[in-house]
Amino acid sequence: MSRVKYVQQDGAECVLEIGSGVSVMLAAVRNGVSGIEGECGGCLDCATCHVYVDEAQMGALPSPNDDELELLGTVAAPRKPNSRLSCQLKPPFPTDTLTIYVPEAQS
Amino acid sequence: MNGLVVIGASYAGVQGALSARDSGYSEPITIVADEEWMPYQRPPLSKDFLVDLATEDSLVLRDKAFFANKGIELVLGARATDIDRSSRKVVLGDHSELVFDKLLIGTGSHARKLPVPGADLDGVRYLRTMQDAIDLKAALRDATEIVVVGGGFIGLEVAASASKLGKKVTVLESAGRLLERAVSPTISEFLLDMHLQHGVDVQLGETVVSMDGQSGRVTSVNCKNRASIRADLVLVGVGGLPNDQIAKSAGLNCLNGVVVDDHGRTSDPNIFAAGDCATHFNTFASDWLRLESVQNAQDQAKAAGLAIAGSTGPYASVPRFWSDQYDAKLQIVGLSRNFDDQAIRGSIDDGKFSVFYYRKSKLVAVDSINRAGDQMAARRLIAGGISPAPDQIRDPSFDLKSLLKSAAGVGV
Repeated sequence: MSRVKYVQQDGAECVLEIGSGVSVMLAAVRNGVSGIEGECGGCLDCATCHVYVDEAQMGALPSPNDDELELLGTVAAPRKPNSRLSCQLKPPFPTDTLTIYVPEAQS
Repeated sequence: MNGLVVIGASYAGVQGALSARDSGYSEPITIVADEEWMPYQRPPLSKDFLVDLATEDSLVLRDKAFFANKGIELVLGARATDIDRSSRKVVLGDHSELVFDKLLIGTGSHARKLPVPGADLDGVRYLRTMQDAIDLKAALRDATEIVVVGGGFIGLEVAASASKLGKKVTVLESAGRLLERAVSPTISEFLLDMHLQHGVDVQLGETVVSMDGQSGRVTSVNCKNRASIRADLVLVGVGGLPNDQIAKSAGLNCLNGVVVDDHGRTSDPNIFAAGDCATHFNTFASDWLRLESVQNAQDQAKAAGLAIAGSTGPYASVPRFWSDQYDAKLQIVGLSRNFDDQAIRGSIDDGKFSVFYYRKSKLVAVDSINRAGDQMAARRLIAGGISPAPDQIRDPSFDLKSLLKSAAGVGV
């Protein structure tokens, strides 16, 4: 199991344990973490699961593929260097707890 | 108060219940569904699930605790058999009853059966549900020669999955091109080339006459034009039909699905329907449509959920679809039928392009292959009624998003 900490805009936090094969997006949707929609179910169709990854942890994650990069260009909230689509982030993570920040809007 | 009863626990049922709750509906909510599974994702059933990149567990859509937290009761493995409108009850298979104030029908669709002799042999399969997918995956493992009847979304996705597993695959499509009802000839041709390159034998304009078997198991598929094809597994994907029998029996207005308005309301003001089982007048298409897509199920159910909670927010989304086959991601926004002009952005040879379709100079649809950025821009353009000139589409240096920025207030 890997741990993910979701931090909302207002600072509210929630930590979930997720198993292999389950993305940061899916875990959020399954558990009702607000601000992550994942409309398409994680097939890189919609860009509604945009998150900001803790900058210190960013470099250790596998790089986004071309489809993710292209969709990151269309996200509703500002795109930052630590922007990722959470449907593409799956365990194992290179850290005990992956910290992600939920953006202000998804669509 | 008896609250809201929802029949069906897939995208429409779950979304409708959640939207009602999140919009302020405070009465009890019960979802009843005939399948035993927790609500699950369906699009991967024909793709990742078949090639072991997804499992039953990884496809679960929402946790039990999530429903409990929302005050939504799930009754799984129970089939709703009748709706008694006069006493506002849903009757279940075990003759128990659920009394409702509001009812949402999200019963989905079922596979159209192939009406030919031999189609009831073992080894002839359909794919709609998790159980179908589990059975198909097991059958695929042991099969060597697979015939796919139907070159639509499900047929082509299963063909790609089976091909990835190293199986000999033949696709039989009765129309003159693949995905004829969903995409233009340009995309059909690209998909045909791709399947041929992966070693799939695709026969267009071909229909199945009958199937033969031995000891009750299918052994060959007999075609109208060509010689019969050996097969130890046949997947039939020739379209879906609405699960509207329960609504019909209850006297609700049905016409290829339960007829609903743009708030998901049926001919009974306390009964709603959404998703594959519902037919609505689509303002974008100016026609009655029954759409089988995740997007339609969710968006239509959101509108129904709002109305159930006493709020408003009509369904007016531009239709969207997607499909993954091999390395190609096909995304569709809008309906390209009756287009009179098209412009291509990107490179067909590189497998990264979008086709923009026009009717009377108005952008009506965009199909993209591996061009997700185009697709996202196109959704906003079409929703906003913005039509880039075909020359702008063809110009790779032209930024589609610049049109969106200049048109303030355009939403998705």
